[in-house]
Amino acid sequence: MTNPFSNFVIVGERTNVTGSAKFRKLIENDDYTAALAIALQQVESGANVLDINMDAALIDGVKAMTTFLNLISVEPDIARVPLMIDSSKWEIIEAGLKCTQGKPIVNSISMKEGEAQFLAQAKKIRRYGAATVVMAFDELGQADTVDRKVDICTRAYNLLRDKLDFPPEDIIFDPNIFAVATGIEEHNDYGVAFIEATRIIRETLPHAHVSGGVSNVSFSFRGNEPVREAMHAVFLYHAIKAGMNMGIVNAGQLAVYDSIDPELRERCEDVILNRRADATERLLETAEQHRGKGTEKAATKDMSWRQAPVRDRLAHSLVHGITEFIVEDTEAARLEADRPLHVIEGPLMDGMNIVGDLFGSGKMFLPQVVKSARVMKQAVAHLLPFMEEEKQRLGTQDQADGKVLMATVKGDVHDIGKNIVGVVLQCNGFDVVDLGVMVSCEKILEAAREHKVDIIGLSGLITPSLDEMAWVASEMQRQGFGDMPLLIGGATTSRTHTAVKIAPNYQGPVLYVTDASRAVPVVQRLLGEEKGDLIAENRADQERARQAHLAGQDKRPRATLAAARANAAKLDFTTPPPKPSFIGTRVFDDYPLEDLVPVIDWTPFFATWELHGKFPAILEDEIVGEAARPLYADARAMLEKMVAEKWVTAKGVIGFWPANRVGDDIAIWEDEGRSHRAGTFHTLRQQMIKSEGSPNLALADFVAPEGTPDWIGGFAVTAGHGERERTMAFKAANDDYSAILFQALCDRLAEAFAERMHELVRKTHWGFAPDEQLAVDDLIGEKYRGIRPAPGYPAQPDHTEKRELFRLLDAEAKVGMQLTESLAMLPGSSVSGLYFSHQQAEYFGVGRIDRDQVSEYALRKGMDMREAERWLAPILAYDPTVAAKVVVEA
Amino acid sequence: MTTHMTRQDRLARIEALAEQRILILDGAMGTMIQTFKLEEDDYRGTRFADHGHPLKGNNDLLVLTRPDIIYGIHEAFLQAGADLISTNSFNATTISQADYAMEPLAYELNLEAAKLARKACLAYETPEAPKAVVGSIGPTNKTLSLSPDVNDPSFRAASFDEMVTAYQEQTRGLLDGGVDFLMVETIFDTLVAKAALYAIAEVLEERGETVPVMISGTITDRSGRTLSGQTVEAFWNAVRHVNPWSIGLNCALGPNEMRPFLAELSRVATCRVSVYPNAGLPNAFGGYDETPDDMCHTMTPWAEEGLVNVMGGCCGTTPDHIRHIAHAASHGKPRVAPVVETALRLSGLEPFTAAA
Repeated sequence: MTNPFSNFVIVGERTNVTGSAKFRKLIENDDYTAALAIALQQVESGANVLDINMDAALIDGVKAMTTFLNLISVEPDIARVPLMIDSSKWEIIEAGLKCTQGKPIVNSISMKEGEAQFLAQAKKIRRYGAATVVMAFDELGQADTVDRKVDICTRAYNLLRDKLDFPPEDIIFDPNIFAVATGIEEHNDYGVAFIEATRIIRETLPHAHVSGGVSNVSFSFRGNEPVREAMHAVFLYHAIKAGMNMGIVNAGQLAVYDSIDPELRERCEDVILNRRADATERLLETAEQHRGKGTEKAATKDMSWRQAPVRDRLAHSLVHGITEFIVEDTEAARLEADRPLHVIEGPLMDGMNIVGDLFGSGKMFLPQVVKSARVMKQAVAHLLPFMEEEKQRLGTQDQADGKVLMATVKGDVHDIGKNIVGVVLQCNGFDVVDLGVMVSCEKILEAAREHKVDIIGLSGLITPSLDEMAWVASEMQRQGFGDMPLLIGGATTSRTHTAVKIAPNYQGPVLYVTDASRAVPVVQRLLGEEKGDLIAENRADQERARQAHLAGQDKRPRATLAAARANAAKLDFTTPPPKPSFIGTRVFDDYPLEDLVPVIDWTPFFATWELHGKFPAILEDEIVGEAARPLYADARAMLEKMVAEKWVTAKGVIGFWPANRVGDDIAIWEDEGRSHRAGTFHTLRQQMIKSEGSPNLALADFVAPEGTPDWIGGFAVTAGHGERERTMAFKAANDDYSAILFQALCDRLAEAFAERMHELVRKTHWGFAPDEQLAVDDLIGEKYRGIRPAPGYPAQPDHTEKRELFRLLDAEAKVGMQLTESLAMLPGSSVSGLYFSHQQAEYFGVGRIDRDQVSEYALRKGMDMREAERWLAPILAYDPTVAAKVVVEA
Repeated sequence: MTTHMTRQDRLARIEALAEQRILILDGAMGTMIQTFKLEEDDYRGTRFADHGHPLKGNNDLLVLTRPDIIYGIHEAFLQAGADLISTNSFNATTISQADYAMEPLAYELNLEAAKLARKACLAYETPEAPKAVVGSIGPTNKTLSLSPDVNDPSFRAASFDEMVTAYQEQTRGLLDGGVDFLMVETIFDTLVAKAALYAIAEVLEERGETVPVMISGTITDRSGRTLSGQTVEAFWNAVRHVNPWSIGLNCALGPNEMRPFLAELSRVATCRVSVYPNAGLPNAFGGYDETPDDMCHTMTPWAEEGLVNVMGGCCGTTPDHIRHIAHAASHGKPRVAPVVETALRLSGLEPFTAAA
């Protein structure tokens, strides 16, 4: 017998997000490498054409289609076959056509919206040089009978031929394959209708083709692959005989008609050809015997918990952070429950309460809780459509325990901590509206009203964010937010700052939250009966903090700037300072990530997860070791993938310039002539009263004065190109654990990059320590010559110095790094700073400074005094709102 | 001795001529210009004396600043026996002119290039020997199917829509300047060509005109593929939807290397076939070594075997080469297009035919 497939065009279906959950997840997670592997597998399995479909709610179809087709076009082993650009959205089809150099097939257009649109689209398709699938679909709906199928296809054919002279051989009809054996009697004839319509279309419409999505026919046997494969083979056997010459199928899984078990084949045939009234029942009987034959997997883990009732299985998955069975179990629970909401309120919340108790009692740690949250989110995601459907049906609205809005304020891009707090709150049943990063005040307040939230939470990492938080508080006051609580958190925030600078702007409660574990009890109390007590406590607390702050301020005497300057450090410049190997900038585009991994400082990584202790001892810690070990294993595994698959690109730029100290500033010279300035770094001087022999330091002290040639270096490095996209994808897939893990690793890589670059600078590029041999611990312990202070950190607390640094390095153009209006660096995982070479250069803190220095500093920088005070607010030794005492000379 | 043929009249005569003999396309513009050893000031002229960007090498600009040279080259090829003269507009798109900060000039360059070629053709045209102007549309300096960033294979330096916009402007300039044909040529990346063909279709529709379109792809090496990876038949399948007046190959290869791919194209194409190879492969100094005699010798069998309808020369070919190629052409009959079975003909990098 001849091979029925010899003239049959096999369109590979596995690269279709609507048909393959696996492929959909890969696209949602931006894992295009694995997605390409599926495309390749389809081609290698014999697909003549590759069907690409990106129609899913969480996927930006135009972007995904463009990205995937662009990637395919540079993979010759995949790109050798033609593409079928498949979408129900015209803009996605068009995006696909714009990326396809060969001649593809469009799938599909129809007369659903009338003839005019149908013809307009067909004309464009022709202009792009594609063939097209035409669905048997018209203004009245999808055709389900033979007559309707044939009528619609004939009408479409004549329109295309008469109005557009569309080549008939470029028309492919899809007369709709629908599911049979659904238990609904009207569906029984769907197989026959398709086959008969195919026969007529092929006889009466010259040169046109017939195609269809074959797996639809067996939809009611989902989960039973052997039976589905048999149905597909039987269906194709008859449809191909009738003239079907193209089909969207799993290219790797086409069963051969002759090799199907005869009994199964006969019963499939009864169903497909609608040969007897009890065909469905009989196939169901047989189906049970064949279930699971195809895809058995060896179980290696202890799976005994799978025998427990569904409620316990859900709790097990939640506590152990297992996502593998959660959808299946959630669905089972839903079928048992009256309402989908009851699954959340019942078994899922019970499970999360166990997690909460274990966390509260210190038996679970943050990374484990975040994993539990991932499981919870996926369960809820499964239930959401059912709840939506119920809501529409009953017109009801459910009330959550409470709604918290979270945002990282304008100008700031850091959100790991905020994400953790959000997850922990969600675990405890609160509805969280997360607005993301760099959110303006007006957007925050608008969203707060729109979502009718109960609490607003603000986060920020860099000092300018503190001002922005104070601004949000004052706007809440002005816009009448009444007594809606405002929560403040993030690395630079503090109890005192909240009390002194933020709370006075707003009459409602403003609470400082130290970390994630504190967030839950605070929110619970704010939304419970103890609310009044908590607020009163908080107010009293803040009043005390304000008093202490005022008292503390007066007690600390400051040296005058003149006195401090007289006590500047006098470094030894008798040995000529070392000259860098080059002057100007050098770019490191795509620095190898594998070279950064060994210098990662892991201790702060664990601190991110609120696991405190020094690495590697923390892994063996009696209390947190159990949580630290799997976290470290997950981190290592992800890191390996990040490196192997290049999830992020490390880019950096360094520069060296002739420089000299001029007062408290560092003049940057255009060249060794040292007469024209290329720029200036301004530095701040310590004004605390020092003991005898101990200098009042400023960074300028570490550079030689004019007359002695000296140099300074600068750097800006990032490991964050690619970070945002992937983080979003993880979140979209309800995988906050991976999102947070990934961001924390990006941060570590950026820091490691700064460390490695500094080493290269010392050994080679500046080259003043060519023979340095330091272990990783010594690097982290800063046991090297020279320093690399960063603007915004203790030795130079003024963030605005980054502008000069970025300008001199041309960091935006060279490595794509930007500064926000609050001078946070974009991408988030970035480090920048200055290089000083002197043996005696050391890290120090400027500490609080007085009005005399601020006014002079503002003058030197050409900055308004009030603006300077705003940027330096955290280190002011005085209250800028109180006027300076005017000393009247008699 | 000018005639006053309309475009329709001229095209009808060209069509008739093409039935009788192989038509001759002109030779290289770029390598001819090189022989004049022009300097920065020649390119600038007085009009662009103060342009803030080096202009040397912007050959398309010469239609404004040294029209005498371009006109002279057109003349030389007409005297050598060319029937079809291509405009000096290969890089006259906003995308390619960006290299010289001359994007705003794109339309004008095309307009003047077309007028200049038209003027030359009118001077040599007789009713028996019509001379047609072919509007040259080059590939730009960007690709749509390849990423210039090795770290990001999904990145593209330009979008399809940007290409369409640029090519629409070029097409308008060429049509306003009076070309008889439009030729999308030296196609390295079929997607770029598809953008050009899309743009042409849009412009012709908006003007209510029909102008014959010639298409010429470039096989970059002996693997038989375009730079973007397509085989000859895959390339043909991807562009045949515009019903071109001709399809062909040019550039990159000399006639010896080009032969097998020409034969393949000739087998599948249902329209006329053109070919204009380089004067051999570039030598160590970037020059081209095949003499007019060599090319005549290699291309004569093409004419004898009926592989082509149009012959000419690309990089390195001089008026003398064209004279010899015309001589080679005189040995044969124009190709007769095969009758090809109606079928769904698709392509990726390779062709795929679904039997009906």
